[in-house]
Amino acid sequence: MNIHEYQAKGVFAQFGVWVPRGNVAHTAEEAVEIARRLGGSVYVVKAQIHAGGRGKAGGVKVCKSLDEVFEAATKILGSTLVTHQTGPKGQLVRRVLVEEGLAIAKELYLSLVLDRENKRIVLMGSTEGGMEIEEVAKKTPEKIIKESIDPIVGLQPFQIRNVVAGLALSGATAKLAATFLKGLYQMFIEKDASLVEINPLVITADGQLVALDAKMNFDDNALYRQQDIVAMHDPDEEDPLEVEASKADLSYIKLDGDIGNLVNGAGLAMATMDIIQHFGGRPANFLDVGGSADRAKVKAAFEIILKDKPKAILVNIFGGIMYCDVIADGVVAAAREVDLNVPLVVRLQGTNVEEGRRILKESGLTIISAQTMEEAARKVVAASRAGV
Amino acid sequence: MSIYVDENTRVIVQGITGSAGAYHARSMRDYGTKVVGGVTPGRKGTFVDEIPVFDSVRQAVSETGANTSVIFVPAAYAKDAMLEAVDAGIELVCCITEGIPVLDMMAVKTVFDLAGARLIGPNCPGVISPGKCKVGIMPGHIHMPGDVGVVSRSGTLTYEAVAQLTALGIGQSTGIGIGGDPINGTSFIDVLTAFQEDPDTSAVVLIGEIGGGAEEQAAKFVKDNMDKPVIAFIAGRTAPPGRRMGHAGAIISGGKGTAEEKVAILRDHGIEVAQTPADIGITLARRIGRA
Repeated sequence: MNIHEYQAKGVFAQFGVWVPRGNVAHTAEEAVEIARRLGGSVYVVKAQIHAGGRGKAGGVKVCKSLDEVFEAATKILGSTLVTHQTGPKGQLVRRVLVEEGLAIAKELYLSLVLDRENKRIVLMGSTEGGMEIEEVAKKTPEKIIKESIDPIVGLQPFQIRNVVAGLALSGATAKLAATFLKGLYQMFIEKDASLVEINPLVITADGQLVALDAKMNFDDNALYRQQDIVAMHDPDEEDPLEVEASKADLSYIKLDGDIGNLVNGAGLAMATMDIIQHFGGRPANFLDVGGSADRAKVKAAFEIILKDKPKAILVNIFGGIMYCDVIADGVVAAAREVDLNVPLVVRLQGTNVEEGRRILKESGLTIISAQTMEEAARKVVAASRAGV
Repeated sequence: MSIYVDENTRVIVQGITGSAGAYHARSMRDYGTKVVGGVTPGRKGTFVDEIPVFDSVRQAVSETGANTSVIFVPAAYAKDAMLEAVDAGIELVCCITEGIPVLDMMAVKTVFDLAGARLIGPNCPGVISPGKCKVGIMPGHIHMPGDVGVVSRSGTLTYEAVAQLTALGIGQSTGIGIGGDPINGTSFIDVLTAFQEDPDTSAVVLIGEIGGGAEEQAAKFVKDNMDKPVIAFIAGRTAPPGRRMGHAGAIISGGKGTAEEKVAILRDHGIEVAQTPADIGITLARRIGRA
């Protein structure tokens, strides 16, 4: 799960990780009021969307007066930002973060990420702040310091010293950095983060260390024990069908094609999309009903797929922990309740397959059945074209 | 022979009184697996289909001589269940549970490594040596004893591949799902090492997917350390970047972990890659001259 920058900065503050003073605004008037209360002479107005690349897309403005704040907020709020992460349709800006402007002496990079290979969290720092870290890794890998953290003992003082030295910090700033890093790691662990990235981390003209930007992602599997993070979820940042699917506990991702598919198991669901494309079709979605799907869940899945108005639907189930008859029941129930006006191809295999096929046959529904994945893919692609 | 599980495997089921635990305890026993007990705290003295239930893994081990455990407890309790199993001296733990937090797995993996115990999964279908022993949730009837090893990050896609092999008359020595999470107990390389050493395995099917670098490492391992033929399939060619495709580990991030990249590296290392998921069986059959 992702949260907004202003929310991440709120979490940072709880752990003693320094962030600029500021607040979030939904209107230009609110933005001006926040700036007025901040005082000073420089303000920054930042669009709050989940995607990165906001600066380049015009979503971040430095303002020298309250009038400029009003102007910037008016322009950004309600606009649609298109960045390399939003996709071509862009993302509507519903709120802006208004912060004090800081006198920046130096920009650094800091992150905590999961290293899948070593199965540990890695603390990463670089003197090349403000740049894409992937670029730094490619061009000047020696400028990235990495400390791999043992999960049993946690972040150790020597590792903090290594990172501080790698960031070329000394004196009072080095001491601040040690506190900063400890807070950051503690936050990562306590909040079940999957990524914390500060780019840039700045040293101000008066020697303070401040997280100018803040990106935080969370481990979806741990959300059950992070209710305060769940409360930050912003459904506006997601596709409405994906929000609906997540409420039904379905793993669903909307895609651009026109062949809906309902599959059990993530690997088989991906493979089903792949084979649809291989035979010339375009998948409309990824949908894994999961291992413990019941009839209601299958029905919910069907309803979501149909809302995307596909030209044909493929149900591909290999029963293991999931029983084919349960799926068949759900398919029949859904097809009866919704107006199923597109061809439906069903391929069942595995546990209770005979019972599942019998339910489909006796339902009286028009179902194109298939025995193998290839047959199913060919049939659904053909069916999607026949309707054009 | 086979790897990890065989006739000598004595299994306990952690979470045996839950619906999935009970169903699969029966299914494993019906397949011929020696299911010697189950564990649900507070339920000692009861039975699930004549399988005795114990309060703790330690108790179950001392009374049944179990050496393997399969876990069905909910995600929030899975860390505790895995740590309890390793503490009780269980050598092989198979965790079926999905949705376990990454930080929990990080600690569990470290403890297992220190103890020298093997964890398969989590978020996996388990392991089966056809005709001998099934520890997990895969449908037993699609398998057939033979000499092809199958290893996969997926569950149902593995069944697909196995069913294709069986339909072609090609049996399996052992089939293992290592799970779809970013941190898992057993890696492709662990399994490939065991298949290479197993005299009854003569070829291997490897099923990977987008995300991470496990397939790339496996490709290198196969080239450097294996003389048995290996074929592969990678799921997720059509997956968009930056999205978690169901499995927590299946995500293309920072342009890394794409299917194209993995397929190219596998082929560069001499591993044939099936074009579609429907061709996995036939690709292996051709590779070993049994098509």
